[in-house]
Amino acid sequence: MDEILKEFLTEATEMLSQLDTELVELERSGGNPELVRSIFRIIHTIKGTCGFVGLSRLEKVAHAAENVLGKIRDGELVVSAAAITAVLEAVDRIKMIVAGVESTGAEPEGDDAPLVAELARIAAGEVGDSAADAAATAAPASEETAVPAPEAAAAPESAVPPEPAEAAAPDAQAAPAQPAPAEPARTPAQIERAATETSSVAAQTIRVNVAVLEHLMTEVSELVLTRNQLLQTLRSNGDSAFAAPLQRLSQVTSELQDSVMKTRMQPIGTVWSKLPRLVRDLGRELGKKIDLVMHGQETELDRQVLEMIRDPLTHMVRNSADHGIELPAERLAAGKPESGTISLDAYHRGGHIIIEIADDGKGLSIEKIKKKALENGIVSAEELAGMSEQQIQQLIFKAGLSTAQQVTSVSGRGVGMDVVRTNIEKIGGAIEMQSKEGAGTRFLIRIPLTLAIVAALIVECAGERFAIPQIGVRELVRVGPTSPNKVEQIHGALVLRLRDRLLPLASLRALLGLGEPETASDERFVVVAEVGTENFGVIVDRVFDTEEIVVKPVAPVLRELNVFSGNTILGDGSVVMILDLNNLMSLNSGSAGDQTAHVVHATSSVAAEDDRTALLVFRAGGNARKAVPLARVARLEQLATETFEMVDGAIVVQYRGRLMPLVALDGAAMMPDQRRQQVIVFADSERSVGVLVDEIVDIIEDRLDIELTDQRPGMLGTAVIGGKATEIVDVDHILRRVRDQFAQPGESGDARARLDALYGKLGIDMEAA
Amino acid sequence: MSARNDARLLSVTLAGQEFGIPVMQVRDVLGPQRTTVVPLAPRGIAGLLNLRGRIVTVIDMRALLGLPPSDGEARPMQVVVEHGEDSFSLRVDSVGDVLELPDESFERTLSTLDPAWRDVAAGIYRLPGRLLVSLDLSRLLDFKHRAAA
Repeated sequence: MDEILKEFLTEATEMLSQLDTELVELERSGGNPELVRSIFRIIHTIKGTCGFVGLSRLEKVAHAAENVLGKIRDGELVVSAAAITAVLEAVDRIKMIVAGVESTGAEPEGDDAPLVAELARIAAGEVGDSAADAAATAAPASEETAVPAPEAAAAPESAVPPEPAEAAAPDAQAAPAQPAPAEPARTPAQIERAATETSSVAAQTIRVNVAVLEHLMTEVSELVLTRNQLLQTLRSNGDSAFAAPLQRLSQVTSELQDSVMKTRMQPIGTVWSKLPRLVRDLGRELGKKIDLVMHGQETELDRQVLEMIRDPLTHMVRNSADHGIELPAERLAAGKPESGTISLDAYHRGGHIIIEIADDGKGLSIEKIKKKALENGIVSAEELAGMSEQQIQQLIFKAGLSTAQQVTSVSGRGVGMDVVRTNIEKIGGAIEMQSKEGAGTRFLIRIPLTLAIVAALIVECAGERFAIPQIGVRELVRVGPTSPNKVEQIHGALVLRLRDRLLPLASLRALLGLGEPETASDERFVVVAEVGTENFGVIVDRVFDTEEIVVKPVAPVLRELNVFSGNTILGDGSVVMILDLNNLMSLNSGSAGDQTAHVVHATSSVAAEDDRTALLVFRAGGNARKAVPLARVARLEQLATETFEMVDGAIVVQYRGRLMPLVALDGAAMMPDQRRQQVIVFADSERSVGVLVDEIVDIIEDRLDIELTDQRPGMLGTAVIGGKATEIVDVDHILRRVRDQFAQPGESGDARARLDALYGKLGIDMEAA
Repeated sequence: MSARNDARLLSVTLAGQEFGIPVMQVRDVLGPQRTTVVPLAPRGIAGLLNLRGRIVTVIDMRALLGLPPSDGEARPMQVVVEHGEDSFSLRVDSVGDVLELPDESFERTLSTLDPAWRDVAAGIYRLPGRLLVSLDLSRLLDFKHRAAA
């Protein structure tokens, strides 16, 4: 492709992205003369140049659009939605052709005649709200010397050979010459000033190939690393003659790094520039009136980050327009202004960029989310009952939840906020949401300034060091014999009790296949990480410091290993791999098998491996520890006591659409006095029964040797579990007793599903017992 | 694209067998290096090393050719080669001389050669008293192809 053509393509692409924004602004402002001139100029330049490089198809379309704009500029046409739509369509066509030229070097095949004809009709004032109104008020002559006469609108290209476009819009010439603009004239001085402003900006910028900048960035990263190495050496050597110059070198390096980073920065406006057009088109398609307000377009971001947030942002603005903003009639009925507002805001705060996307639409419907979440099995009714409104709203970030009533062409294609969240987290960002039903929704996205340098925690595992990006790390927990925190096992799945919750653990050794698995007696560290909405812990041998690292892509031969997001060189010169927690976690669940695919038989009385049984230890009625085989437990529930009802001398609760009896272990039917009650749910093939307990103590894996048999009904005997005497509860007896008490047939419980749900709740995987 | 004209090869040794690496592609020869292990990496990848600020993938030539690991006493050498945009460091037992090898002594690969060797060999040179296997780096470093096979 020759240089002139390349140059043209680059310029055209830039100009076209500016056009979208300006045209929408034009429609909104109803014919701001400055804008009209600017738009006319852009189209005119494109047309002129493409004639020069021999792109005739492009030239025809540009010419037809230019005619319309020329008439608008000259006041012969008023700005109408129809005219803007047609011009936008022409801009789209131009973009398409430009893209075609870019990829193949030649104009793609296609028929532009209908579009050109449509533009010609508009130019002739035959379509829509024509120039009539303008003509009625127009002054006979223009003071605007800079504006050519109507006939001249099509004239400038006559200087540019070849000239195939003349025939394209004959109507334009034939259109009745309307007298001119009702716009306030600008003095030549003003125009001149505007012109010099533009040109002086142009003189201060140069076009640089992105590859050059990338290379510069790599080199500076190297310099930073070398500097770090030098500083480390200096620290270990104490006083040195190198200290002072090194300090200076260090400072200059930092400044250089900052400057180079700046060259990679682009204003977020480059990503936003497509949005006004998008919102306008959506508004027309959906019959809504939407204003898009943007602040902080000039806020700069690393271009790599910009690329990554482009799609999520577009998706969210689409969402706001499609689901958020109501139809004009609905808005009026709700006492809101007819047109809705979507606002975009970008600013710096604390080393991060904050992007806010807010709309004054209908907000998130709690009821709809609840319904959808239940339908799609994302949460259970009980879980929902225990959730705050805020928590329920956050469900929109879960996969498989879309509250769109129907699939429109705009959104609701199954790609939802979960994808947005994932994409943002991929670049080390975070997203928050506040929504008020009826008042609107506000999203807050926090993203790092750059991806190239991140703070990372350096850990060791089996003698190898790894870096874990700090952004995903919540806390560090020391585990081992001398620590109150211990790693426990449930049928091989590792868990840690952390502030009364079970944290699923993964051993980095096991995941990466490094060395022998750790033993319980060793002191280890658990890196608690948050991935998406889940927390999990990674067991490592040691934790070192945090370090600022320069992320380098891994060699192509290692790219398939998605547990690593990159590699880096540490201050001491050694290479370490950077762990990708997201993928590490999926590796964990993957290695243990797909959770949902598990077949767990609730009827098997004991889940045993090497004679060891996982036992749920709890307290109920008295101080003695009690235990049941975990395999018999269907679910653990926290139920609100206000939902309990007394029926026929027994306590029941509506549970999963059925009545479930609740019993105390001693058989007494006493309404509990606290507000929430811990319940262990047992199920056989016919029914569920809930046992009221005071406290869940632990899940312990141990040999189940009943040493003292018990004559009391409901107790099998006593065994030593976890080093302490523990009463083993006879689950069958409880189920029998309830069956006798409530003799009603036909209940079938899907116990397996419940067990699965239990494991899901505990965040653990279990193979079939 | 085997070496057909007089070739200049760097001779290296693995388990007593001599191999040749095209000199034009050799960037560096290093002594034993601290290597970072990459867990889960494909067979033949020994890890990564830092070569003056560049991260270079270390290839365990013995593993790649199906040879037993060298005994603990050996101090392996590294030959850094450039392939496409990337650098690789080939870990070998020892590095010999640069040899000028006449085309007449070149033979296409033997059909009886071990498939793992035939896969990465450009050909064989008949030298006085010994044979040298010339390595085809683009095939040697084509891990995609290997994974697919």
